[in-house]
Amino acid sequence: MTAGLQRTPLNAAHRHAGARLVDFAGWEMPLHYGSQIEEHNAVRRDTGMFDTSHMLAIDVEGSAASALLRYALANNVDKLRDPGKALYSCLLREDGGILDDLIVYFLAEGQFRVVVNAATADKDRAWLDALRARRTPEVELKPRRDLAMIAVQGPNARDRVWAALPDTRNTTESLAPFSAASAEDMFCARTGYTGEDGFELLVPAARAEEAWAKLAAKGVRPCGLAARDTLRLEAGMNLYGQDMDENVTPLESGLAWTVDSESSRDFVGKRALGDSTPTRKLVGLVLVDRGGVLRAHQSVRTPQGDGEITSGTFSPTMQQSIALARVPMDVAPGDTVEVAVRDKSLRARVVQPPFVRHGKILV
Amino acid sequence: MNLPENLKYTAEHEWVRTESDGTVTIGITDHAQSALGDLVFVEVPEAGRQLSAGEACCVVESVKAASDVYAPIAGEVVAANQAVVDTPEQVNQDPYGAWLFRIKPADPAELGKLLDAGAYRKGVEEAAAEG
Repeated sequence: MTAGLQRTPLNAAHRHAGARLVDFAGWEMPLHYGSQIEEHNAVRRDTGMFDTSHMLAIDVEGSAASALLRYALANNVDKLRDPGKALYSCLLREDGGILDDLIVYFLAEGQFRVVVNAATADKDRAWLDALRARRTPEVELKPRRDLAMIAVQGPNARDRVWAALPDTRNTTESLAPFSAASAEDMFCARTGYTGEDGFELLVPAARAEEAWAKLAAKGVRPCGLAARDTLRLEAGMNLYGQDMDENVTPLESGLAWTVDSESSRDFVGKRALGDSTPTRKLVGLVLVDRGGVLRAHQSVRTPQGDGEITSGTFSPTMQQSIALARVPMDVAPGDTVEVAVRDKSLRARVVQPPFVRHGKILV
Repeated sequence: MNLPENLKYTAEHEWVRTESDGTVTIGITDHAQSALGDLVFVEVPEAGRQLSAGEACCVVESVKAASDVYAPIAGEVVAANQAVVDTPEQVNQDPYGAWLFRIKPADPAELGKLLDAGAYRKGVEEAAAEG
């Protein structure tokens, strides 16, 4: 089942821990290590860690690096004035369709690090390389497959990282959210995909197992992709390929806030977004009736027209089913809509994501 | 693979136990609960419902996926387990204790068509090898 898949430097550690391994975008990744709900709860209440080494870091280097990213990204890297600051952005096509979502870190003048999704990594590299060749041929794009990534997340994540990896403490103790710093050979970013505090650690591949084992020894629970999905959905964060893709724009995906419309700079997709009037938007749903679980592709009936669930699950924190759905523009928080769940029509309440942040239910 | 020898099985990953009063109790196998992951919703058939063999009559949903449970043989539903409706995780914790529903067979001879533990195990292992 898993023949021919790529493996991260932590593959053996996952096997040793009894992970159920699955094919995720061509990578053999842990789905869970027993119970995805217990892993989810560990992140909400204490600390969990995820192997995210399937994602790709690309270093963008050269005096024109900021010029390239200013043109390539829908959000504006000029907002990154202090070294270490991070920015969330979409990578758009000319027609405004979303190629990927990513985080870009400003490391120093002429030095950025971009972290992109696994499934889109090859496409993104080719796209960025074409832009580079056309506009800023002197810039270098360096894919960093020599780095493993471990996301340590939860209310106690920072303390546990400092206990397990004391070398990181000095440089990260005063690190603000959405910032990063280097500690020895480790890159520590106070970012994540769970709605909790924590770090995303980029570690030399050869040292990944050691870091993972040290974290586990300090009580950090290994968590799989299944828990990662319920955590990010509770946190109201989109999953590329599911809640958005090349056929929709950021304006239809709850990401208008990531598109810089204030500056005069030109960027790929800018004109298309300016010309477009979105008719759909992404909202949150909370299932009201009993009778099943909201899932991707279920249809949503509203008085303003039909929509579709893009991601749905059972929220372990809320003990209710929740979803993200793309619906007509005039649907508003507080509305009640109907979702086709198997042979039933169940009521759901429209809410503004996030559902859960920092352990607290917000809807 | 935990497969009690005293039970019968179906290719759809159900276990079937014949009770002393001739009714049969149905649940899902340890393999099935493990593949589904944490269960969060169970819908059981109502008592009195007439089922034909192979009819989808019960739903188990995990965080990950929804799955139908089928009537292994024809018969009338005589009981359903409200406890697993209230706490679906019982199915994960104790798959052979947390039964779903019980039927009175229309034709007890149909039970002879069910798989024994060895045949069920073989089917699962072959599916895994092909997968």
